Amino acid sequence: MNGTREPCAPRGAADFCLSCVLTGALIVAAVAGSFAYLGIDFPALFSVGAAADMGRFAASFFPPDLDPGFLRKTAWGALQTFAVALLGTLLAAAAGLLLALPAAGRHGAGAARLSRFVLNLLRSVPELVWATLMVLAAGLGPFAGVLALALHTTGVLGRLFAEAIENAPPQPEQSLLETGCGGVPAFVYGTLPLVWPQSVAYGLYRLEMNIRMAAVLGFVGAGGLGQMLYFHLSIFQQAQAATVLIVMFVLVLAVDALSDRLRAWMGRN
Amino acid sequence: MGFELEGVGLTHGNGFRALQRISLRLDRGERVAVIGPSGAGKTSLIRLLGTALRPSEGRLDVLGANPWRLSAGALRRLRARIGTIHQSPPIPPRLRVVTAIHAGRLGRWPAWKGLLSLLYPVDIAGAQAALARFDLADRLFERCDRLSGGQLQRVGIARVLYQQPDLILADEPVSALDPALADAALGELVAESGRRGASLFASLHAVDLALKWFPRVIGLRGGEVVFDLPTARVTESMLRELYAAEGGVLPMQARDAAPGAAADREADAKVVRLDTCRGR
Amino acid sequence: MNASAQALPPPDRDPDARARLGWTMLALVLLWPLLVLAEFRPWALFDAGNLRVMGSFLGGFLPPATSTEFLGYLLEATLETMAIATAGIALALLLAVPLSILCTRALAVSQIGPGPGRLGGNALRAAGRAVLTFLRAIPEIVWALMFVRVLGLGPAAGVLALAITYGGMLGKVYTEILESTDTRPARAILEAGGGRFAALAYGLLPNAAQELTSYTVYRWECAVRASVIMGFVGAGGLGQLMDQSMKMLNGGEAATILFVFLVLVLFADALSATLRRALA
Repeated sequence: MNGTREPCAPRGAADFCLSCVLTGALIVAAVAGSFAYLGIDFPALFSVGAAADMGRFAASFFPPDLDPGFLRKTAWGALQTFAVALLGTLLAAAAGLLLALPAAGRHGAGAARLSRFVLNLLRSVPELVWATLMVLAAGLGPFAGVLALALHTTGVLGRLFAEAIENAPPQPEQSLLETGCGGVPAFVYGTLPLVWPQSVAYGLYRLEMNIRMAAVLGFVGAGGLGQMLYFHLSIFQQAQAATVLIVMFVLVLAVDALSDRLRAWMGRN
Repeated sequence: MGFELEGVGLTHGNGFRALQRISLRLDRGERVAVIGPSGAGKTSLIRLLGTALRPSEGRLDVLGANPWRLSAGALRRLRARIGTIHQSPPIPPRLRVVTAIHAGRLGRWPAWKGLLSLLYPVDIAGAQAALARFDLADRLFERCDRLSGGQLQRVGIARVLYQQPDLILADEPVSALDPALADAALGELVAESGRRGASLFASLHAVDLALKWFPRVIGLRGGEVVFDLPTARVTESMLRELYAAEGGVLPMQARDAAPGAAADREADAKVVRLDTCRGR
Repeated sequence: MNASAQALPPPDRDPDARARLGWTMLALVLLWPLLVLAEFRPWALFDAGNLRVMGSFLGGFLPPATSTEFLGYLLEATLETMAIATAGIALALLLAVPLSILCTRALAVSQIGPGPGRLGGNALRAAGRAVLTFLRAIPEIVWALMFVRVLGLGPAAGVLALAITYGGMLGKVYTEILESTDTRPARAILEAGGGRFAALAYGLLPNAAQELTSYTVYRWECAVRASVIMGFVGAGGLGQLMDQSMKMLNGGEAATILFVFLVLVLFADALSATLRRALA
């Protein structure tokens, strides 16, 4: 063979990438350093005693408590978690749309910068942190969870909506403005129908994420299945906790399936 | 009074001079067609008259006012009196035909009425009447993406007629229609102009339609007016010179109808009524 | 077109109106119990007691806590958070790599042909995928909560929780990446009788390595955020610090920690982007 190589041949072992090796070495050092810093006592962690402890702990989850009274309470908690997720997402969709209009530049560059900043701030703070703040503002209970999800999700959906609005063709809205239409009706008749299917899809996707978050927000006092799980684990009632975990799993699966069906139906129409 | 331009020029943002030294006048109720090769500036002229673009130089008066000296409210009211038929109707595909038609009057309706109409259409009879003139009344509640190109273009025209403007601007309004439908649609436009005394300014690709339906024809080439004459005085050699860049071949609706027009013809074969030779 | 003399049929009613009304009523009927379930009480935001607590908390934001002692805790906590994320990802790789090699169809010898052991191979892959799904199903914070019960407060709970959930996530995505790259080099090696690891190292990795590392680095960035969240249930790091400050209603400390958290997220984002470019 002469010395020419095919330009598209995958890199084999013969290639030597210095920066890759250096970066790899740095990463290995970082990993080792992390373990050292944390000082986790791995021998103790994976010792026979610890394994036996874990085993006992895991075993205490079975059988889960299936007493009808408790199942009723758990079902109520599941409904509450679902309500929190759904309301939070709906509020966020409305608020996100309101903020997306200035963020997409409909009211000038200054408003666009300000609204984008607000959306980024809302997005960057995790739901759980919002939840601890909302517990202070509105008291313990699921309402704090609704607010926390609404605040965080507004940031997420607002940004997605703003991008969709910016990418939509401007002609329909433009032509309505040229007939003397006001800004709001022009947007509703002109651009909204174009971004509607995509926006609903985003909303449903966020609902799937929010049902998982809503379950977890209960850990800081926002009601629902999360609060039940936290409570029962705190008083070492693993059997009850197991029931709650199972119901959480089923709820997430159900919402995922429902959201899938809705999106498929929308895709057909 | 329709509109008046004096020495108007238009330079786009990228430096391209679309129009120069345009001086035109259209009286109330007058009907004019503008023809010319591609890139002549017909669309730019229409957009200028529709207050979508500002002239770079010259004086512009539309319906008795300089639109760019008006307050925001007065400009909105002026725009509600101008109806622009776009070559490609700017209608979101998912909208139903009835909503697309109603959008024509959003300039006149208060905001709440426009939003309420989305829940339940407020003027079904009016929308139906507008569509009936184009034999589309049975499509009232269908989604626009279920219509063919030609049907959608007719919906676009119906929307402007529903708006009842005092000045109708049409940018190649029948380009997607086959000759029979195009002829009929132009007839509707001209009839509307006559009935309500609205001025009609149409840019047309097909020279035969322009000569047939309009008493006055303007030739545009390279952004300048080449001629502005009553139709009777337009000669064949003037036309060939106008289209010299395209080999002197004059575009006709029959020859150059859009590809979808044939399918349209089949779709509407049962309903179209050939009513040729409607007078000027 | 229609001559206007012909009478139009009476206007239709909107055929969609009834269905729309039905769905709207259903939504309203379902909304009420939802609001009750979620204990929707917007007026609670304006309750005097809550306002006072919130006011004093927010008031404490300025000045943010900057005592040297506190900044020392803050630095420790930040390093601890990053260490938890790094160690967690490292352990997750121990789970993800073998599982993905097991599950990926790109390295399935029995699929060639298909050959002997196909049923067993399929069963094994299905089992592997089920394991990956189970690992991913429970949010990491729930694992963290349970590990805190067994192991006590501290970073170990967070590291193990990350190892499990992110092991599942990384495993699933590695499987998909290996299957989506060009599998022909690997198949060629398998068909020539080479072992799985040879097929992986020489056939798949050269093409897939960049995407694999890119996703891993992205997951590390997510792990940093997740470590902070898990701190709220006692798994160490910035989250635990913030939880303590908030329980004591110390607005100044909470504000500083929140600020550091936002900076940390930005830093992790930048670091991840740099790493992904360096490894490209």
